[in-house]
Amino acid sequence: MKASHTELIVRALKNGTVIDHIPADKLFKIVSILELDQLEQQITIGNNLESKKLGKKGVIKIADKVFKAEELNKLALLAPSARINIVENYEVVEKIDLSLPESVHEILQCVNPMCITNKQPVSTRFDLLDRKRGIFKCHYCERTVDLSEIVVK
Amino acid sequence: MIKANGLVSITDCEKEDILRILDLAEQFEKNPNPHLLDGKLVATLFFEPSTRTRLSFETAVQRLGGRVIGFSDAATSSSSKGETLHDTIKMVSNYVDLIVMRHPVEGAARYASEVAGVPVINAGDGANQHPTQTMLDLYSIKKTQGRLNDLTISMVGDLKYGRTVHSLLMAMRYFNPTYNFIAPPELRIPEQYRIFCDDNHIKYHEDTDLNSVLKTSDILYMTRVQQERFTDPVEYEKVRNTYTLRNSMLDGTKDNLRILHPLPRITEIATDVDSNPKAYYFEQARNGVFARQAVICSILGLV
Repeated sequence: MKASHTELIVRALKNGTVIDHIPADKLFKIVSILELDQLEQQITIGNNLESKKLGKKGVIKIADKVFKAEELNKLALLAPSARINIVENYEVVEKIDLSLPESVHEILQCVNPMCITNKQPVSTRFDLLDRKRGIFKCHYCERTVDLSEIVVK
Repeated sequence: MIKANGLVSITDCEKEDILRILDLAEQFEKNPNPHLLDGKLVATLFFEPSTRTRLSFETAVQRLGGRVIGFSDAATSSSSKGETLHDTIKMVSNYVDLIVMRHPVEGAARYASEVAGVPVINAGDGANQHPTQTMLDLYSIKKTQGRLNDLTISMVGDLKYGRTVHSLLMAMRYFNPTYNFIAPPELRIPEQYRIFCDDNHIKYHEDTDLNSVLKTSDILYMTRVQQERFTDPVEYEKVRNTYTLRNSMLDGTKDNLRILHPLPRITEIATDVDSNPKAYYFEQARNGVFARQAVICSILGLV
């Protein structure tokens, strides 16, 4: 029987991680921020695939890779709707729900050009102010940003 | 709550902190010269000039018997040689018991409080926070109204960039205020503060017409449109003279109405208002010394 294209991509992974349900406009941003272009492992990237939920979605499949907590935090900030599946021996053994971290160190850049973190060698820190609205507050200049405004380093 | 490492933001203050500071300020007003700071040395580090705030802090310290070192302009400090804030603060921490700092960069005070070995009081960090101003505003409101609860407060002018407005708005959340926000569309109160009011069940009304709220207000909090916050001089010219309060406009206002202004004023309050008993902005500035004495002694654990 002939399998559909997306099924083929997922099935072809023996061990590794699948990031599914990525909004299509975020896919290459995620590749860049997570530095997936630097990896040696096999990577399959699909974008603008049909999705009932998102309209168009992206999928990234990486062999022999398990994301660290910090990387998952970055993913949660970039694409909170994405789903993470860990695959072992062709089977999905774990699904990870992304959730916004309570506190984000160093990952985000403050959007406020007058913030101390943009003026002097000071590491950034953001605290989650409102989980429902996805609003973070800069620990230093107290500027609030929502997920559409954040700048991930 | 107000921590031993200083007072950086009014958002760190809980209701009990505020009430305690206001009670202490009242005591210092009755007796402004107790020698609580004998033998203490305070640094006033002003990386941008602010004569009013610096003199107020230095008066507060010296009236308590403490002594002051510092600078009033970054040009005369080592930061003009490229020293980082981190290093300046580390160095000054070695010398003094408390640092009072004004800095043009937002978040500078929070950062300083994290690297300093002594408490830091934020005397203004750019457009962000100026918590002792908020304390003196609260003290002035309580003193003139006899209470903080259930007041109608009209905030007028630059509600977009005005940090005193934002801090006062947040600090009053414990006291069931009703707000009128009077500003030109360009300087409207930012969305995050409207959300803040909604989340805290605070009633507010937005308008561009100052006259529409005068008769119902208990407090009229006037602000200056700050030229330094505008990058475009054309935008500044468009809004700078939008609101001018004149004495004749105060006819028919409530007896308990008081007019507050963080000062300096330019054109937003005509000088004919000054002699009206409802004008309170100069006494308000005087209250700053008592509020700052209260904050300093509270942080140093002397009261």
